[in-house]
Amino acid sequence: MYEFVNSHKTRNSLMFHMFTNFKRILGFAFNDFNRNKGISIAAVFVLTITILLVTSLFFFHGITSYLTTQIQNKIDITAYFVDDTSEADILGVKDEILKMSSSIKNIEYISKDQALAFFNEKHQDNPILAKALQEVGGNPFLPSLNITTNGDPVQYASIADVLQTSDFSKLINKVDFSQKKDTIEKIYSITKNINIFGLILGIILILIAISVVFSTIKLVIENSRDEISTMKTVGASDWFIRGPFVMQGIIYGIIAFLICIFISAVSAYLLASKIQIMLPGFNIFSYFLTNWWIFVLIQLGFGIGVGVISAMIVVKRHLEV
Amino acid sequence: MIKFDNVTKIFPDGTVALDNISFEIKKGEFICVVGKSGAGKTTLVHLILGLELATSGNVYFEDVKLNDADPLKIQEIRRKIGCIHQDYKLLPKKTVYENVAYIMQVEGKDNAEIEKEVPRVLDVIGLKDKVNNFPSELSGGEKQRLAIARALVNHPEIIIADEPTGNLDPYNSYEVISLLQKINQAGRTVILATHDREIINKLGKRVITIEKGEILRDEQAGRFII
Ligand SMILES: Nc1ncnc2c1ncn2[C@@H]1O[C@H](COP(=O)(O)OP(=O)(O)O)[C@@H](O)[C@H]1O
Ligand SMILES: [Mg+2]
Repeated sequence: MYEFVNSHKTRNSLMFHMFTNFKRILGFAFNDFNRNKGISIAAVFVLTITILLVTSLFFFHGITSYLTTQIQNKIDITAYFVDDTSEADILGVKDEILKMSSSIKNIEYISKDQALAFFNEKHQDNPILAKALQEVGGNPFLPSLNITTNGDPVQYASIADVLQTSDFSKLINKVDFSQKKDTIEKIYSITKNINIFGLILGIILILIAISVVFSTIKLVIENSRDEISTMKTVGASDWFIRGPFVMQGIIYGIIAFLICIFISAVSAYLLASKIQIMLPGFNIFSYFLTNWWIFVLIQLGFGIGVGVISAMIVVKRHLEV
Repeated sequence: MIKFDNVTKIFPDGTVALDNISFEIKKGEFICVVGKSGAGKTTLVHLILGLELATSGNVYFEDVKLNDADPLKIQEIRRKIGCIHQDYKLLPKKTVYENVAYIMQVEGKDNAEIEKEVPRVLDVIGLKDKVNNFPSELSGGEKQRLAIARALVNHPEIIIADEPTGNLDPYNSYEVISLLQKINQAGRTVILATHDREIINKLGKRVITIEKGEILRDEQAGRFII
């Protein structure tokens, strides 16, 4: 029969003890993951969908902010000065305007000569225009300041106002607006609305996805309800019980992350040329490459975060025995 | 070591499972709790483990009042007790081997000790051919034996056996009882709850007889008479 030897407990150092526990928890987690393959795959799948939604929201943000700057760069004001305004005066006006309005993106001074040079360069293949210019004789161009605003229609209006009413307005021959004020207002509100709409839609979809992930993980753990209460009954500490489930959440998160980063990279690569046709100058794959660490951070953080938090919440409910 | 002081347990549905009972269990005792099915034996065991709390009165485990003990203390007490539950309480998703090993892992035993001790106790209890089976693949008697192996593997100070022979044939029942006797001779406290008349009468140990939640008799070298 069973020999009942007195066993004396060997107390290892705390660090070693914690390390052993960690290894055991990891072992339990992998074991459970393997033994419930079907449900594990389901959890990874829903988590993957969630992360992909978050990722596409981020891509969407990249596209709209590119579009917005594109449009806003096109909204500029050019002030043409009277023919013999000195360069010093014009630069003085430039400083004045900059002082007046803090959020002006850029003011560029284009001298008479530069204006001519630009014209020649632009129309070098057009002999008729070149000839016409020769007939006029000299340099018919006016020096100018090209002002790029941040696209806000209010600011646009106030700059126009300043140019036409302040002291230096007598130096100005003519103010040219690239767009009409109401066009600008329309564009401005459209881009703003697209952003808000996309954000709200994205957040709703992500919330739905998170709740699906939560339910799936709940299902995984509910499946282990009796097991959790038995573990509690034999004296296991809460962390020893919770650990394997939390660790499974981390495993789901990491696998889902690997799938997502792969899908993001491949689809950005494959779609780059198609998107470039619609949005010239925007390469979604380079966008992905330059922001890769944000993608990694978002996907990994989201995957592990949602996995772990769901596991913690669900296990907590069953730990009260 | 364990003391019940005017303990009453009333379940939320109004069932009075234990009615104002008091007794004390000393270290090293072998004590039988007998009574018909439904008398309140399992409830008594659950109160010792802190799985249920007394509705009134107090249960003490080595001076710890279980009603007021903090959860960490309760877990510590549970680790000190090897319990064979009437419904086994096995871990369904772990194999026979893992079920036993888990108890040692909870205690923080090192791997070498676990690898030595688990096969040994499974061999003694007659489950060495089933180490890789899951509880659902075991017969009632095998599950019971696994529950016993699990209760013994950590060499706890106290063994509580709630109907440990309920699913065993007379020969195996006899084996289990003499195992409990040996453990008691080695200085451990044993609490045996059963409705098996023959076992009690042969043992000649202290017997607490309960009926409908009340203590009918508490006798040294008692017999099962209802
Ligand atoms: N969780 C519970 N809720 C309500 N009644 C219960 C519960 N557990 C046990 N009982 C009742 O308490 C009484 C004692 O049960 P139990 O302690 O299991 O008896 P025994 O182990 O002696 O057969 C029974 O009448 C039983 O129905
Ligand atoms: Mg019972």
